[in-house]
Amino acid sequence: MKRYIKNFAKYKFLLIELVKKNIKLKYRRSYLGILWTLIEPLLTMMVLTFIFGSFLARGDAQFPVYVLSGRLLYSFFSNSTKAALKSVSGNASMIKKVYVPKYMYVISAVLSNFVTFLISLVVLLGVSIVLRVKPTVYLTGAVVPLIILFVMTLGIGLILATLSVFFRDVEYIWSVLTMLIMYASAIFYPVERVVKGGNGWVFDMNPVYMCIANFRNCVLYGIPMSSQYLLASSAFAVVLLAVGALLFCRQQDKFILYV
Amino acid sequence: MYRNIRLDTGQERNGTSVKENVAVKVKDVGMRFNLSQERVDNLKEYVIRLVKHDLRFDEFWALREINFEIKKGERLGVLGLNGSGKSTLLKVVSGVLKPTTGTVVTKGKVAPLLELGAGFDKDYTGRENIYLYGAVLGYTREFLDERFDEIVDFSGLGEFIDVPIKNYSSGMKSRLGFSIATVVEPDILILDEVLSVGDKKFRRKSEKKIMDMFDKGVTVLFVSHTLEQVERLCDKAIILEGGHLVAKGPVEKVARIYKNMTE
Repeated sequence: MKRYIKNFAKYKFLLIELVKKNIKLKYRRSYLGILWTLIEPLLTMMVLTFIFGSFLARGDAQFPVYVLSGRLLYSFFSNSTKAALKSVSGNASMIKKVYVPKYMYVISAVLSNFVTFLISLVVLLGVSIVLRVKPTVYLTGAVVPLIILFVMTLGIGLILATLSVFFRDVEYIWSVLTMLIMYASAIFYPVERVVKGGNGWVFDMNPVYMCIANFRNCVLYGIPMSSQYLLASSAFAVVLLAVGALLFCRQQDKFILYV
Repeated sequence: MYRNIRLDTGQERNGTSVKENVAVKVKDVGMRFNLSQERVDNLKEYVIRLVKHDLRFDEFWALREINFEIKKGERLGVLGLNGSGKSTLLKVVSGVLKPTTGTVVTKGKVAPLLELGAGFDKDYTGRENIYLYGAVLGYTREFLDERFDEIVDFSGLGEFIDVPIKNYSSGMKSRLGFSIATVVEPDILILDEVLSVGDKKFRRKSEKKIMDMFDKGVTVLFVSHTLEQVERLCDKAIILEGGHLVAKGPVEKVARIYKNMTE
């Protein structure tokens, strides 16, 4: 254990460099650069509000905040898992030539998306102020669902990265699954409509939605988090990370023969 | 993670004892590759073959029962024809490949001059790549800040350092790679016939730098199939043939055997 920590500390600078690289190269050669992390969610929010707001949430003045919070968390989840999936096979040339702890590629993929996600929260703050969402004491709790989501994403990322080395199909399967998760995460429709229709069970099985719901409770509604969701999503996160870490460790020495 | 390979420290694990004056110890190392005719990399095929119990691979041992030690300050040449397992051995010693069997213990800082610039990103400028590649090699930020000018100086890239790497010529790239990789003072130097980097002027400069390291008493593992280079640079040598170690000893003796083998 001590050895792993020592090794991690040795390559900490590499992790920082990889995260920096991912973020820098994402926006290189675009005029607005890093500003896109703010503009993109803002524009998406406008589109979604325009399309769905008029008939799904009539009269809810704070619907944009609802849409934006859901959409930001979901994009972090989907972008990171997709980046993590490709992080090992995409760095094949490096893996074949120099020794670097391979989990660094997965962590850096998730971490760089987390950094841009945190930056884009500024938009949420701005929109909330404009639409007069009142801050409450519960606002501080918002970090909790974010940490849970991060752990969960990292776990799934490790699983996907490992599987995709051996089976290239995983990429296509996952892109369909993320779409499914998106529609089951109540990003642009009010939850009540689905629950009333008798399909509320969808949300009780979706850990991404649980994080979104608890996050909304903190930043939008100003009410305590659902302890049921809190427990369930933490359990999901811990189990996924444990499975991911174990799978990755067991298989990583074989990566080089397949990438 | 790495169950029986240990890099960068002298502490031995699972019973492999290493004497004080040994820099590299390779014990019972074997490396197996699976060569399947058609590589199974999609799920459908995998499941079908799993059901049919048809998941066999052709095994290929690139290295088998390799045993040798390099004492501190010794320069070991690895001779062998193409496909004899030389490069695999270097990859195992540098930690890129994990051996299927056996253990590798290395003591001190290892500088593998194998694939120069393997960590480069083509969209990054030379300056940014110095930090990225430095991080890949395990340097710290402070160290790179301190040695930055020295690296740029040695590479001779001058103002091109702020140009994206994708616009570099291959010579410029390997010059930069060499300059970054050799800015450390390693305890163990792993060389794979890279003594020829860039143009003639740079080649002389890089050879001089490596010779300086030799003079300082660095331990060297050098792979080549040209005998003259090995005879000139090394004091010990081994010969690999089909993944087996067929000879080891002082360079003159081994060179004679190799000559007989190749003629």
